Amino acid sequence: MSDTKKILNVSRRTVLKGSAATTGAAIIGGTFPMHFIKDAHAQTFRGDPGNSSSVKLGFNVPQSGPYADEGADELRAYQLAVKHLNGEGDGGMMNTIKPLNLKGNGILGKKVEFVTGDTQTKSDAARASAKRMIEKDNVAMITGGSSSGVAVAVQGLCQEMGVIFMAGLTHSNDTTGKDKKRYGFRHFFNAYMSGQAIAPVLLDEYGAERRAYHLTADYTWGWTQEESIKAATENIGWETVNTVRTPVGAGDFSQYITPVLNSGADVLILNHYGKDMVNSLTQAVQFGLRDKQVNGKNFEIVVPLYSRLMAQGAGDAAKGILGTTNWHWSLQDEGSQAFVKSFGQEYGFPPSQAAHTCYVQTLLYANACEMAGTFAPWEVIKQLEGFEFDGAGNGPTLYRAADHQCFKDVLVVRGKQNPQSNFDLLEVVKEVPRSQVEYPADMFGGELGPYKV
Amino acid sequence: MTHTKIASPKQDILYMAILSAVVLTMPIWLQPFGAAYPDLMQKFMIFGIFAIGYNILFGLTGYLSFGHAAFLGVGSYTAVWSFKLLSMNVIPALIFGTVLSGLFALAIGFVSLRRSGIYFSILTLAFAQMSYNLAYSVLTPITNGETGLQLTQGDARVLDRMAGIQADASLPTPNLFGIEGIGYSGFYICAALMLISFFIYLRIFRSPFGLKLRAIKSNQNRMGYTGYNTRPYLMTAFVISGMYAGLAGSLLAVTDPLAGAERMQWTASGEVVLITILGGVGTLIGPLLGAGIIKYFENILSAFNDSVLQNAFSFLPDWLAHGLASVLGLFVGDGWHLTLGLVFMLIVIFLPGGIMEGISRLWRLVSSSASSTDDKEKEQPSTKEA
Repeated sequence: MSDTKKILNVSRRTVLKGSAATTGAAIIGGTFPMHFIKDAHAQTFRGDPGNSSSVKLGFNVPQSGPYADEGADELRAYQLAVKHLNGEGDGGMMNTIKPLNLKGNGILGKKVEFVTGDTQTKSDAARASAKRMIEKDNVAMITGGSSSGVAVAVQGLCQEMGVIFMAGLTHSNDTTGKDKKRYGFRHFFNAYMSGQAIAPVLLDEYGAERRAYHLTADYTWGWTQEESIKAATENIGWETVNTVRTPVGAGDFSQYITPVLNSGADVLILNHYGKDMVNSLTQAVQFGLRDKQVNGKNFEIVVPLYSRLMAQGAGDAAKGILGTTNWHWSLQDEGSQAFVKSFGQEYGFPPSQAAHTCYVQTLLYANACEMAGTFAPWEVIKQLEGFEFDGAGNGPTLYRAADHQCFKDVLVVRGKQNPQSNFDLLEVVKEVPRSQVEYPADMFGGELGPYKV
Repeated sequence: MTHTKIASPKQDILYMAILSAVVLTMPIWLQPFGAAYPDLMQKFMIFGIFAIGYNILFGLTGYLSFGHAAFLGVGSYTAVWSFKLLSMNVIPALIFGTVLSGLFALAIGFVSLRRSGIYFSILTLAFAQMSYNLAYSVLTPITNGETGLQLTQGDARVLDRMAGIQADASLPTPNLFGIEGIGYSGFYICAALMLISFFIYLRIFRSPFGLKLRAIKSNQNRMGYTGYNTRPYLMTAFVISGMYAGLAGSLLAVTDPLAGAERMQWTASGEVVLITILGGVGTLIGPLLGAGIIKYFENILSAFNDSVLQNAFSFLPDWLAHGLASVLGLFVGDGWHLTLGLVFMLIVIFLPGGIMEGISRLWRLVSSSASSTDDKEKEQPSTKEA
């Protein structure tokens, strides 16, 4: 104990001296470099390209972690969008989206440039990367992400910083519900829409007498999807046996799948995405769930949020599995065809739904700037709010002003039994019209917040 | 251990003055490196605090803890809860974050310090991994799991309500009586705290207590034979370094009010070990340098992509530019870990004492070639094992 005293004795005087010196230095230093902040007075909003001949966009995508495949495809789509905006290539959806003010000379005559960052599918890393784009690279807009946790975190940051966030792949109801923000916009559909779209198909295929068991990714997206799917299936008469949360990126799901066998359930609903879904679905099939007969019925597996990249990863296990997706490359409308064609020419394979939503988001942002005649975010937001367009692949679409959610047709898909190629893995069972998946804007609560921050 | 020079208080003041000047002018001299933006400079300061705290344990006593990220995480979660429940003022957040991490370190240290060497490392690693899993999936009501703990409009903020601070439409930001925790002002808050922490750290290095910690590193048995019970000293060092980590964690929350479980993952614990070894274990300033280098790599190199490289080499003939860009592309962007690994290997192989050893070797080279034998005091890595 006497030693603790000694430390204090040694330092008391010097602590005083030292802290006085430090504070002094801090005060001097603290006021001094303020003069070096660039355009401290001229800049009225963050990301203003000013008189420069180019404008920068920030593409913040997962390059590592469980959603890295989606992230890689998102980045390809962004690079294609930048090409098209700058008037290179065949223009893709620039020729099909109506109305569109873009002329192929960049945005407002400024050449489009971009910076990239790795979200690592971690909220922390994603925000650090977004902050770098805002503070260092002076980007006018941030877009990307393949996880709702990241989308919600980055969207919150963008609201604080006053930079528009065009969400990439995010399916949680919270993104445009509880956590919606004035500066955040989502083109992708959400869990509620998935539930509304898939429930009638499930009723047709599997009947009303079913007992469902949920395995759910333990974060915002999983929670809201479980809630939405549960509500929608109970609505058609199904019973929910149990809901179990699994950590994201768990890798091995066997400990969660074994209890399903003895639970008396006859449907397994996997609220997983990316590599998690690939693993859980493959393991569920390996455990022989689909060969089982429970309650006199065939055991079924449902994956409410499906994508071609995941079907590719799961291989044979994905055959015959039902789910929903935002968009699929086999759609025959003009916009989808144009996009698939230019993406295919560039990279040699068709785009995923993640690529599609990111591509469309970039064009929509650029178009809103063009319509507003400025990059000032509050003006651009006003153009995006309530914007109606067609020709982007899902029929007539509305960007609802009250919650910044896009409303469009939703696809119910099934894993193909006899795929023709490595990409032809899903068949569209039903194109659910927009009217069937709409809901009142105040259903999930939340506040958009102010236009100017 | 042959020449532990006890510097006079006057020299320490000079030392602090120089360090303060260097740190506070960072927004100017980091400009040419492309690192003079607030978020990165805040990270330099915060991870600097984390690393010097870690150095008190690892550098002085030689106890290699692989679980310090747990304290960082506890600090962050506590600070965010303080913002949510009490006030957006950073002072309660910093105090609670530091104190709670200290208590947490006391509990973990009580068990882990019963063993030394590799067993101690594994115990701390196990505790940190437990904390991570608790935060990630078991304690979701407290930590909000993978989504991360965030502020909301409807938070209680009892003290703020009592002080009559009205919440407007946008989310409040953490502040120190009106000085915001984000942007340049946030950097100065972090810098001031880093300098205060550094001063305390300097005093610990110079104190008899610090000397005892070094004695534990050099020979714990002999220390015991001379009648010292080493456990209380180790415990104190462990708790102090836990509190430093807690302070760093709460500062992370101050500059960005969000706490995620990944802060507690073992990779984050490994990072601080890497920082300390890279800079120079047991040296005064080494951990700060290490923190700067690793955070710079992480934020700047990882942001380079092929088009940036193409632009950089655009003055070269096309084929050469393409070739260079595709080779260098492996080492930047998502390949920045590769570069870090190479640098780390080079340093460990050729400069086992870290960057500080490199600097002191250079210094000796310069002073001997100047052939002047002036015995100007230069801070030496004094506890390094030969």
